[in-house]
Amino acid sequence: MRSDLTKQASNIVVWLLLATVPFWLPKVPGGYLELGSRALVLGLAAMALNFLLGYTGVLSFGHAAYFGLGAYGAGMTIRYLVPSTGLGLLIGTLVGTVAAALIGPLIVRLRGVYFAMVTIAFGQVFYFIAFRWSNVTGGDDGLTNWTRQPLDLLVTRVDIEHSSTAFYYLALVVFAVAVGVMAWLLRSPFGRTLIAIRENERRARFLGIPVDRHIWISWVISCAVVSVAGALYALLNNFVDPRALYWSQSGDFVIMAVLGGMRSFWGPLLGAAIFVALQDVLSSHTENWMSFVGLFFVLVVLFFPRGVLGMIRRRVTT
Amino acid sequence: MTQLVLFNVFNGLIVGAFYALMALGLSLILNLSGVINFAHGGFLAIGGYVAYALIPYVGFWGALLLAPFVTAVLGLIVERLLIRRLYGRDPLYSLLLTFGLAFMFEDGTRFIWGAQSLPYQVPAWLLSPLSSAYFFLTGYRLFMVAIVAIAVGGLFLILTYTRLGVRIRAGTLDLETVSVLGVNVRWLRSLNFGLGVYLAGLAGVLAVGQLGLQPTIGSSLIMPSFVAIIVGGLGSLPGTLLGGLLIGVASGVTTVFFPSATEAVMYVMMAAVLMVRPRGLLGEEGRL
Repeated sequence: MRSDLTKQASNIVVWLLLATVPFWLPKVPGGYLELGSRALVLGLAAMALNFLLGYTGVLSFGHAAYFGLGAYGAGMTIRYLVPSTGLGLLIGTLVGTVAAALIGPLIVRLRGVYFAMVTIAFGQVFYFIAFRWSNVTGGDDGLTNWTRQPLDLLVTRVDIEHSSTAFYYLALVVFAVAVGVMAWLLRSPFGRTLIAIRENERRARFLGIPVDRHIWISWVISCAVVSVAGALYALLNNFVDPRALYWSQSGDFVIMAVLGGMRSFWGPLLGAAIFVALQDVLSSHTENWMSFVGLFFVLVVLFFPRGVLGMIRRRVTT
Repeated sequence: MTQLVLFNVFNGLIVGAFYALMALGLSLILNLSGVINFAHGGFLAIGGYVAYALIPYVGFWGALLLAPFVTAVLGLIVERLLIRRLYGRDPLYSLLLTFGLAFMFEDGTRFIWGAQSLPYQVPAWLLSPLSSAYFFLTGYRLFMVAIVAIAVGGLFLILTYTRLGVRIRAGTLDLETVSVLGVNVRWLRSLNFGLGVYLAGLAGVLAVGQLGLQPTIGSSLIMPSFVAIIVGGLGSLPGTLLGGLLIGVASGVTTVFFPSATEAVMYVMMAAVLMVRPRGLLGEEGRL
């Protein structure tokens, strides 16, 4: 009972903090609203990855591909098809989800390091397509000459194009829906089955659970939410470039999830916030920020393998 | 036209030989220790840069001999200090650690030697074409193929006939039993890691003569090596060799007919192999 209460309380705290970001973040030294939006969007991606990594126990190292597909889907829709933010989000998500659903059957039979290796390698296809097909995607320079469009709701028109606060709240609404769906799924019998697969795949198989199909569905859900995040990311920057698809981006998502705590629902969001803040500070102070990010990876693995929330939880229980 | 195709097939073979050399090292480490060494490309780059730094003192041939050893020693240190702590843990952690190392190696080489491409001196007599009709058959290219062939042959001889090689192969199948039989598994893993990194260093020394020396050379070669392992078959070294050569030739041939798909074609091959034969061309049953 008590743990239920603390869970409820921490949920309320998280949502309150998120809802008030535009008020408190600019007052933090070095903080500005775009940083908050970036942490929110990347945090959504890391949480989506964690649906697979932390709750299904499947090691995907190629989520940047679907993140990038979502981003390009949104950007190209607005640039070439219809200047509509909502449609961009929708099509971006659809593109990433369909690609994941098609690749899924090729990889669901693999496990562990092999799953990781194949997902990394598959991610590169989309990178090369974005890189080479430059008259449509803008190649290495990225997709430019488009901006997110004002949002037409039934009664009113929200200018997310020029107000970064309005955009933050749009991102937060999308975030809330996606996170709500994931939380609901994890609490459903389906989600419990995923956790059972994580804990003991062989036993789950003997119980008659179609493991491969469950992993496939979990993979598609995870990639769908990642492509939502990717679409939001493109809208946030009014720009997409092939680096959103590159394998180092996948690694960033994994380190965010691990840093925050893979076994906790909110962990990856916390990890993303720390990572984004750190990257912002490093890249403004040193040209060699890549070394520091690398060192950061090493230190996290050696000293924080359970992540921040995992450590806190462990300290509380002992 | 025939000449163009021949040229690109040959080119593909050379590139494929690099992929294979690098992928063999990756495969060795992966098979015995279950570690995907993301820093393998970084070791390759370091091999190239060390050779570049050594040339003024020991000459081209000395660098060719020494640089891979220096790289292997660095690999042993990394294994001892960092990677060893992660054996037996979730493979996620070694993957993340070597991923971070890859960043550090790439940025480190950029910090020391600069981002621009450095000239790498190859003896002039190796660069001249052997015949005017087949202008692409320079001595250096044949030389590279020969060195790769010697290295691969040597590797298979070590694995087949030496005590170390037999233990590595046995450990790949069942490390626990090997340990119970009195083999020092810590040493075995270290030496195996060193051997893998040695191959990366050798690939680096050879590659810089062909592709030029720049910090990103490692990250551009690591993905094809992954594909080589997957196509060739997980757990099979001959498969890895075959996979490397196959994707090299495939991208070479694609350059002739559809240049913009040069990189993508190997991933298409990978998808096709996974669809028809998930364990890879020469992969063993039940290793997934």
